[in-house]
Amino acid sequence: MSYSSEYWIQQFFNGLGLGSIYALTAVGYTLVYGILRLINFAHGDLLMISAYTVASLIGFHLLPYPLAVAAALVFVALIGLTIERLAYRPLRGKPEETTLVTSLAVSILIQNLALMILSPQPRAFSLPSFFSATIRMGSVSFPLINIIILLITAILLWMLTLMIKKTKIGIAMRASAENLQAALLMGVNLNSIVRTAFVIGSVLAAVAGILMAGRYGRIDPFMGFVPGLKAFVAAVIGGIGSIHGAAVGGLILGFGEILFVAMLPPDLSAFKDIFVFLALILMLLVKPSGLFGRPADRRV
Amino acid sequence: MEPAPAIRKWTDRASAKWLLLAAVIVLLAIANFTLSTYYLRIINLVGVNIILVVSLSLTNGFAGIFSLGHAGFMAVGAYTTALLTYPVQRKPLLFPNMPEWLQFVELPFVAALLIGGLLAVLCSLLIGICVLKLHGHYLAVSTLGFTVIVNILAANLTDFTRGSSGISGLPPFTDMWWVYAIAAITIYVVWRLLHSAYGRAMLAIREDDLAAEAMGVGIVKHKLLSFCTGAFFAAIGGSLYGHLIMSINPNMFSYSMAFGLVLMLVIGGSGSIAGAILGAVLLTLIPELLLNKLERGIELFGVRLPQMYGLSQVLMSLALIFIIILRPKGLLGK
Repeated sequence: MSYSSEYWIQQFFNGLGLGSIYALTAVGYTLVYGILRLINFAHGDLLMISAYTVASLIGFHLLPYPLAVAAALVFVALIGLTIERLAYRPLRGKPEETTLVTSLAVSILIQNLALMILSPQPRAFSLPSFFSATIRMGSVSFPLINIIILLITAILLWMLTLMIKKTKIGIAMRASAENLQAALLMGVNLNSIVRTAFVIGSVLAAVAGILMAGRYGRIDPFMGFVPGLKAFVAAVIGGIGSIHGAAVGGLILGFGEILFVAMLPPDLSAFKDIFVFLALILMLLVKPSGLFGRPADRRV
Repeated sequence: MEPAPAIRKWTDRASAKWLLLAAVIVLLAIANFTLSTYYLRIINLVGVNIILVVSLSLTNGFAGIFSLGHAGFMAVGAYTTALLTYPVQRKPLLFPNMPEWLQFVELPFVAALLIGGLLAVLCSLLIGICVLKLHGHYLAVSTLGFTVIVNILAANLTDFTRGSSGISGLPPFTDMWWVYAIAAITIYVVWRLLHSAYGRAMLAIREDDLAAEAMGVGIVKHKLLSFCTGAFFAAIGGSLYGHLIMSINPNMFSYSMAFGLVLMLVIGGSGSIAGAILGAVLLTLIPELLLNKLERGIELFGVRLPQMYGLSQVLMSLALIFIIILRPKGLLGK
């Protein structure tokens, strides 16, 4: 099969767009995991909450678009904080399996609450018309949204990196990810850095949710779960605990998925998620610490 | 010389067990003749869930492998059995693109059950060799990945599975005797395995795999054994489930099924067979008898309640979170 170079340029931008969304979501997993060794399965469902918040505020003409987005970010951050406070904090220091089951339960809880309150039917979602424009360069045309997604992601991750590197709370977060006990002895307030990690992760997930909804044009109560899982896979590929790793892992996964769809015949494209999980299993077998992670030490 | 008290106690316990077994058989027989098909279906569902949760307790509870792959193995069993037992006359209509050799196959239920189980064992061997070296979250997500992969295959290999519309009109082979005989076998096998050298090794691995390895326990071998045994019974349970509902579709075996089984296990108590049984019984009866009616919207004290799809899952996950925080070992856990 041979395609024109225009086709490949389009696919390149598709990969960038999808990969950026995975990257934004993966950062949330990585931040929380770095500090608490907890995989928050409910993280993916924050994407859904954010998309529905924007859709409802716009749908009922309650707020103009920018304010609706801001409201969704704040709302999702509050939800993230609430989940942490009610479900995860009582379980600190408990075995991994316990927190794992709890986070699964939180995820199922959110999905089904959404099912109860909203409708199981998917609904349409649109970003302002400005976003749906297509750019034409010679014979190549591609939707603007992928570029916007990439820009937003790059800016947010750059800000996050600055924050982690320069600010006091950022340094405390890195210290806790490095060695929690030592950080606590140095006077780091665990609750405040965990809250910060959840707020940052949730806000990034909220942004990712809106961008993803805009990219696909439809939303439903279960839309966040599988992308959430894939973002976790991205975080593992990049090396869980590393922010750069999450970004690179997200892009690799996004490109891989798009390439898989682009190169194989259309009736095989439904199998693209198989590629994602095979990539996870392969990565864990070959280099469990991921591309940028440090090998986990086990003490006897 | 009098027998030692411990021995006498053991024989008393054994006879109590036989009595209990006889009582269960008699009760089931009475139920079989007196209850309506609606309640019989629920009793059968309880039995199927006992098979599934007890086999899950072997991997997740005793061997310390936190697997979310059970739903995937169920699907392997259910689809295999469905394809092998489907009446030959109706196959060309339902599966026009199926390969010819499969068009003319119609096996007895037992044979199909066993083939489904063995196929799941094969899958679990392949998956297990890859992922059982992993721990905790990594293992959970990889096995969840397996469930997702099986789901995608079931939804897209339309020549065999008819995609998301699923296969309906399965012969109603699942009856009470099948279900409870297999449930008894499952419980017996898991119990015997636990009280053998293999079981001791599994518990040792669960408690501290480094120490167990230092003592010469082969970690991968024992984990594989429990993973494959669990997969076998999961597939059988899945087949019974399919032939009980008499139709299967990919959605039945999604991650929410995997989660539902873990929920039963954790609420019952993941470190005990009795806990697994209790969890399966409670969390089948409560949704079937109570919550599903609420979901469809019923009249309560003269007030018409609205339909609330998802309510039962909401309450169950809340219950799970409370149980984990307040009683982390589950209702019957030690």
